[in-house]
Formats: sequence, C-alpha cells, structure tokens
Amino acid sequence: MHRRGVGAGAVAKKKLAEAKYKERGTVLAEDQLAQMSKQLDMFKTNLEEFASKHKQEIRKNPAFRVQFQDMCATIGVDPLASGKGFWSEMLGVGDFYYELGVQIIEVCLALKHRNGGLITLEELHQQVLKGRGKFAQDVSQDDLLRAIKKLKVLGNGFGIIPVGGTYLIQSVPAELNMDHTVVLQLAEKKGYVTVSEIRSSLKWETERAKQVLEHLLKEGMAWLDTQAAGEPQYWLPALFTELYSQEITPEEAKEALP
Amino acid sequence: MDRFVWTSGLLELGETLVVQQRGVRLSDGEEKVKFDSGVLLLSTHRLIWRDQKNHECCIAIPLSQIVFIEEQAAGIGKSAKIVVHLHPASSNKEPGPFQSSKYSYIKLSFKEHGQIEFYRRLSEEMTQRRWETMPTGQTIQVNKDPRAGRIRAVGIVGIERKLEEKRKETDKNISEAFEDLSKLMEKAKEMVELSKSIANKIKEKQGDITEDETIRFKSYLLSMGIANPVTRETYGSGTHYHMQLAKQLAGILQTPLEERGGIMSLTEVYCLVNRARGLELLSPEDLVNACKMLESLKLPLRLRIFDSGVMVIELQSHNEEEMVASALETVSEKGSLTADEFAKLVGMSVLLAKERLLLAEKMGHLCRDDSVEGLRFYPNLFMTQS
Repeated sequence: MHRRGVGAGAVAKKKLAEAKYKERGTVLAEDQLAQMSKQLDMFKTNLEEFASKHKQEIRKNPAFRVQFQDMCATIGVDPLASGKGFWSEMLGVGDFYYELGVQIIEVCLALKHRNGGLITLEELHQQVLKGRGKFAQDVSQDDLLRAIKKLKVLGNGFGIIPVGGTYLIQSVPAELNMDHTVVLQLAEKKGYVTVSEIRSSLKWETERAKQVLEHLLKEGMAWLDTQAAGEPQYWLPALFTELYSQEITPEEAKEALP
Repeated sequence: MDRFVWTSGLLELGETLVVQQRGVRLSDGEEKVKFDSGVLLLSTHRLIWRDQKNHECCIAIPLSQIVFIEEQAAGIGKSAKIVVHLHPASSNKEPGPFQSSKYSYIKLSFKEHGQIEFYRRLSEEMTQRRWETMPTGQTIQVNKDPRAGRIRAVGIVGIERKLEEKRKETDKNISEAFEDLSKLMEKAKEMVELSKSIANKIKEKQGDITEDETIRFKSYLLSMGIANPVTRETYGSGTHYHMQLAKQLAGILQTPLEERGGIMSLTEVYCLVNRARGLELLSPEDLVNACKMLESLKLPLRLRIFDSGVMVIELQSHNEEEMVASALETVSEKGSLTADEFAKLVGMSVLLAKERLLLAEKMGHLCRDDSVEGLRFYPNLFMTQS
C-alpha cells in the first residue's frame, strides 16, 4: 500500500529530531519561539497594567525614572532602543527622552559658535529647562545624560566627558582623545589652563602640552589670552559662568535647526 | 540653629510651596542635633523642616535670614550637603528649639539625594526674593505652642489637608510603584533569559528555524528592547517596522532634502521628523536602522557615512562629488575659505560644509592650512599648476 508522503515525512522528521536530541527535556528553538510569543503577550498585559497605575509616576518623578532605567539595565533591557518597543509605547518613556534629544541638539547647535561644541551639563540643563517652559515636566541631569547616550548613534559626535565632579558634553565630531580630556579636566577648576600648569600637574613635556592646547584652539573649544600676566592662558568658553545667564540670541536660534 | 522657630508647618496665605525633599538631616554648624530625619520644604518665604516620625515637630526659618548658601559635594559615606549661612537672630524672634548657638550657619544633609534640585530652587528663591513682594496673610497661630491645639482660619485648613494628603498619597504611590516595578522586572528578566536561550540554539542550529521565524524573533527583541545576542544590536536589523519606516522617511524627506541642496545630516533629520510627528517619536536607533535599509529598498534616498563618522541622508540624484567641483570654484573665487565662511556663503550647515571641503581635499582639489586660527582651505595649486 502506498502511504501518503505527508505521514512518512512527518515521521522521518520526528525521528531525525529525536536522534539529534537524545537528552530528555531538550527543547527546540521553534518551540521556545512559540513559548516566547505567548510570554510576550502576557508581558504586554502586565506592562499595560503597570502603565495604567504608574505611568504618571514615571512622567513626573525623575528619581523613579532613574530607578526604572537602572533596573532595566541590570536585566539587560534597553527601554529606549526603539519607539516601537513596549516600554516606549506603553509607558511613554520613549517620547520623553526622544523629545529631550531634539531639545539637546538644538541648544548645542545654537551655542556651538560660542563654545566650539563643548558645554557643561549644568549649562545645558539650564538652557533646556528654559526652552521647555514653566509648565513642562521636570527634567533632571540624569535624564539629559541618558538622552545624550542615545544620540551618539546619529554620528554627530555626541560625547560625555567627566570633569571635576560634573560632565562636559561634546556635540561636534572633533576627535578628543585621552590627552585632550585630561587637559579639559585640569582646566575645569579655574576655567583656564596654562602650559606650565600642564607640565607641573601632568608631568608632560612642553611640546605635548602645546599640541593638545592648539588642537583645542583649532576646534574653537579654547580661547587664547595672550595678555594674561605671566604666560598665555587657554580659556574654555564652555566653563564661563557668565554665559549661563545669557539668553540664546535670535541669530543663534536661527542658526540652529529650522 | 537658634534662628529656627517652632511652627505648625501650615503655609500662610500668599506663601507657596516651591519644592520639598525627604530624608534631610539638620546640623547646627558642625554639630549634630536631634533633627535627624525629616522633610525639608522650601516655600517662597521660608525653609521648613518637619520630623518624619513626629509630624508635630516642625520648625522653620524665614528666607530673609539667609545670607548665602554653599554646596558641599557628597563623599564616601557622606551625603551631599547645603551649607546655609545666616544673619544673627533678631531679638524679638519667636520661640524655637534652641536658645543659642555658637555657629552662624547650619547644614542640610540630603540622605536621600535631591540636593542638586533643592539647591537650584533655593538659589532661585534667594535671587527672586519673593517674600518681599508677596505679602502673607496674618499668621494663623494665636497660640504659639504647636503642640497645644491649633487655631485655624477657614481656608488654611483645606490647604493643609491637601498638602498632607498629597504627601501621604505620594509616599504610598511611590512605594507601590517600586513594588510593582520590581515584579515587572522579574518577568522581563525571564524574557531576556529565554531570548538568550533561543539565540544560542539558533547559533548551534538546534532545530530549524525559518527566515520568517527569524524575523519574528527579531521583532520580539525589538518590542522588549533586548539586544540581539548574535549581532549585539538592539533592533535586530531588517524588521518590518524598519522597512515601513524607511519608506515613510523617503516620502517625508524628499522636499526638505531638495530645499537643502540634496543633503542633510542625520541629526537634522532626527529633529525634523520628530518635530513633525509630535507623538510616537522615533528613537535615534530607529532612525539609523531605517536609513540603513534605504538603499536595499531602492528608495530615492540613501545613507552616507563620511570618514569622520558623520552620517547624512542624500537624495540618490545628489552627487557630492559634483558638488565638490562647485565648491572648488567658490573657494578659488575667494582665494581661501574656512568651513564657517563657506557655510555662510553657500547657505548650508557648518557640519556639512566642513565635510564637503574635506571631501574636496581628499579628492585632491583643495589643500589645507591648519593653524591655531582654524582650518582654512585653498585650491590645490600643486595639481593645477605643475
């Protein structure tokens, strides 16, 4: 009798699978995928429930956001990876950070001609808050840092440089290596640095110090004061505290994105 | 600490709450006092501290008593602090917890953080000095001892009750939220483990998985925000979502690109698209992943990555190399140009102007003069006049 191919084929496949996995309880990838699909649906429901109760908490409470982000990072989940992710769709975390990203880009662009593309986290925070207006949700420095980390992928040179207890945010694709960042950190204390200070603090030779300073000058991140008593001083406009209180002028705003 | 007065903690008419922070310890100068754990409230007129365990214990100091404030960063085992320097207490000051103090400053220790925000708000209030312009109503306390019954005026009762309820509600909400969050994370963790297991099996070919199923798997990873264990990218390239997005982008960006000379940086695109959307914004990764698919989907735009790492979107019809020829003309006319100058002349962003000049240099049409005054480009006479 001629058995139908279907039956024979299924039997053959099953035998092959059994042969491959002699250990009891070994599960195939397809089976796990089906399991994952079910678990995903359940998770989505759980998340919806969580969102209905606590969505406001995330929107309003920066400390809660930090906790949320840290927990995600610990288990290996990035809630900001995609606007299409569950976290973003249901908790609204995505929109909060992606919009913040836009605001950060605009502030950095508007001030770039002043500070060469380097800005302190404090000043960025102030300017972003100003731009958001009185009735917008509160934004913490932690929020800014997370938004900036996501912006890096756009290839515009966004970087975060730790200096003296705070951070400098870089928003231009200028190459800043370890030597440059170390000099920036040294300059952070007074807002400027000299060749002698670099030599005595970092034990570098003059040539190395000069190269770094000239690079910063070229990139517009440092300004040279040759009239200072003693030797020339290299100032970082990013660290000028007077700039904090200045508004972004209409010209600067126009230069920013349309 | 002798500047503090006992208070009911009720806000007066015309006084507004600015910010509050739990977990704050007060110190009299360098010495610890019994005010170890409380809620610190900043209003437009006063700094109020209420004991977390004993709500009856509440003290305040008018902001006008503050000379200036300083921040003290956190250290190992030490919380961040704000040091508040004070004017001497006035002789007709109402009773407070201390009759005298040898210090003219107090320290606020932020055991549960919040120092940066509080400092910012306090600085603002010190600058604005709203207590001078906002007259407060009569203080409602006829009886100065807060422990004896409180005499309340109508209206204040409602405000106080609302504040208290809000505080309790906030506390309750937060602890409930944390609990629920922890439970949720447990479940998310299971998903992560499962996805790792699946990825391993795919690698070791344990079970045949079709291409369709692979795409499904990647979309699951996308939903959960799990990094693709194989490629390490948090999107799993080639999901349907990104394909759709790429097609949408082609539609949205056609006109803006034409208006900008056929080329835009990815950050410009990010801002443009998200500003237009308003809601359901794209993540930076969504944008990059969609753009990576433009060429393979044969759309009229493409993603281009310059040597510097700068990423741009170009119209297919745009030919950057041809633009270089016109750039060379412009530079020759002016003798030499920096990226800033070129950008202004041509009306493009400095970022893209620089990339074009660098490309022209790479192609041998321009030479650079790199000095502390900046990067300046000249026509490459070595090529043309040999």
